[in-house]
Amino acid sequence: MTLLLNSCQNIGATLLGFLASIGRVAFFAGQSVGHIFKGPFFVRNLLRQFMDIGYYSLPVVGLTALFTGMVLALQSYTGFSRFNAEGAVAAVVILSITRELAPVLAGLMVAGRVGASIAAEIGTMRVTEQIDALSTLSVNPYKYLIVPRILAGTLMLPILVLIGDLIGVFGGYLVSIHVLDFGVGSYLSQSWDTLETIDVVSGLTKAAVFGFLVSLMGCYHGFNSGRGAQGVGAATTNAVVSSSILILVFNYVITQVFFS
Amino acid sequence: MTAKIEMNNVVKSFGSKEVLKGINLSIEKGESLVIIGGSGTGKSVTLKCVLGLIKPDSGSIKIDGQEITTLETHEHDILMRQFGMLFQGGALFDSLPVWENVAFGLIHGQKMDKISARTIALKKIKAVGMDESVADLYPAELSGGMQKRISLARAIATTPDVIFFDEPTTGLDPIMADVINNLIRQCVKDLGATAMTITHDMASARKIADKIAMIHDGQIIWSGTVEEMDNTDNLYIEQFIHGRAEGPITNNSDIVA
Ligand SMILES: Nc1ncnc2c1ncn2[C@@H]1O[C@H](COP(=O)(O)OP(=O)(O)OP(=O)(O)O)[C@@H](O)[C@H]1O
Ligand SMILES: [Mg+2]
Repeated sequence: MTLLLNSCQNIGATLLGFLASIGRVAFFAGQSVGHIFKGPFFVRNLLRQFMDIGYYSLPVVGLTALFTGMVLALQSYTGFSRFNAEGAVAAVVILSITRELAPVLAGLMVAGRVGASIAAEIGTMRVTEQIDALSTLSVNPYKYLIVPRILAGTLMLPILVLIGDLIGVFGGYLVSIHVLDFGVGSYLSQSWDTLETIDVVSGLTKAAVFGFLVSLMGCYHGFNSGRGAQGVGAATTNAVVSSSILILVFNYVITQVFFS
Repeated sequence: MTAKIEMNNVVKSFGSKEVLKGINLSIEKGESLVIIGGSGTGKSVTLKCVLGLIKPDSGSIKIDGQEITTLETHEHDILMRQFGMLFQGGALFDSLPVWENVAFGLIHGQKMDKISARTIALKKIKAVGMDESVADLYPAELSGGMQKRISLARAIATTPDVIFFDEPTTGLDPIMADVINNLIRQCVKDLGATAMTITHDMASARKIADKIAMIHDGQIIWSGTVEEMDNTDNLYIEQFIHGRAEGPITNNSDIVA
């Protein structure tokens, strides 16, 4: 009986803790977004984040997209040939890439690359009192550190995903033409005929949301980092894990909103 | 006359650990107060409470008679413009070169253009006894003592009305320590700043202080002038300034018990 009570108590406490942390993240997000619209604006920081988050993520996202597109063509061909439906390869490649795989995989890659580095950088600044120093020099840490990162994350990920779309579809095309002996003209026209605006738009919307989530979680965990190297380490792990999970959850939610 | 800074019964705990147990302190305008006390007694926390970086659990902190513990964030930001702070660990921005660190408050707080800000920054770098050639290095390329001095230069670059120094001479050689002592003295005397300095360095304390306050077990247990400090029969002060391992400070702590 006491065992049952105890475990109920534990579950209750965990649930309350979970709800409390959702509240804290939401409050942090509200604060951060509020500061986006009020100056002063730190343009130089924003540009640096555009480079860090956007430009330097290109190789990772490009390679991910390329091989995903290639393997997609190969898999769908071998799978569909069982039903004599090889003709659907082009359609499957372009729809899977634009709607799902480019945004989700790019989001996860960026969560690992950017989310971790944001959390580590801001966490280190917290631990070494650099964030406190900002306040004493009359600069709001939200405006100086958080806003540029969240803006860059939200704006850069759609661009990355758009490029990823192109590269991924190109990867599928390469395999289809050179390995699977599809005709160039028919493959291209099939791809083009299948694609609708909403496929790309939904993918880019996902990208923007994922970019926001990744940078938000990086900033949140870094900003609230515990003390010492251990604190920063935990912040980094939490940032990557929480943003990856949020990406998967929101991926479902956004798909539901767009396609049902 | 209202005091520049007045703390009344300020209490702060971290978890179950009571760090400040009712701090009472007041500093007049243009006065230099030195806080001494054992390691971990809450000196840095006290400064951070006044700066609003840590919110006290209870008690009142007034600056120029205005209660600051209840201020909104942006009102507090405005108030901070008259403050400068040297952090115990330096807290230099490692993504910026040295001169931009020093000029940070000028560029972003006072909206000064970069060229004039750099000129002032170079002057301040010289004032803390360093060569102008370090201006374009990054903080990570400096030694610990050099970082400390750059951090000091940053704290005084905007010529604030109130300056807090958290262990300004720790990690410096005796000659540099004296340069820094003179500099702090000069800020108070020539610029009329109000200063609050934490130090373990009694030579530095004697040189800088108009008034000395000793913190022990989360409370101010003694305060007075340097002269009064030398003539006091307070056993805590005695033990501290002579640096003895035996005495009332260590007796009721867990070191001996
Ligand atoms: N952010 C914090 N979270 C939890 N505990 C803290 C925090 N800041 C300070 N403390 C605790 O408060 C106590 C006082 O810390 P403080 O930094 O004020 O000491 P100090 O008097 O400045 O010591 P020192 O001379 O060594 O710098 C310490 O026991 C420290 O562990
Ligand atoms: Mg300290």
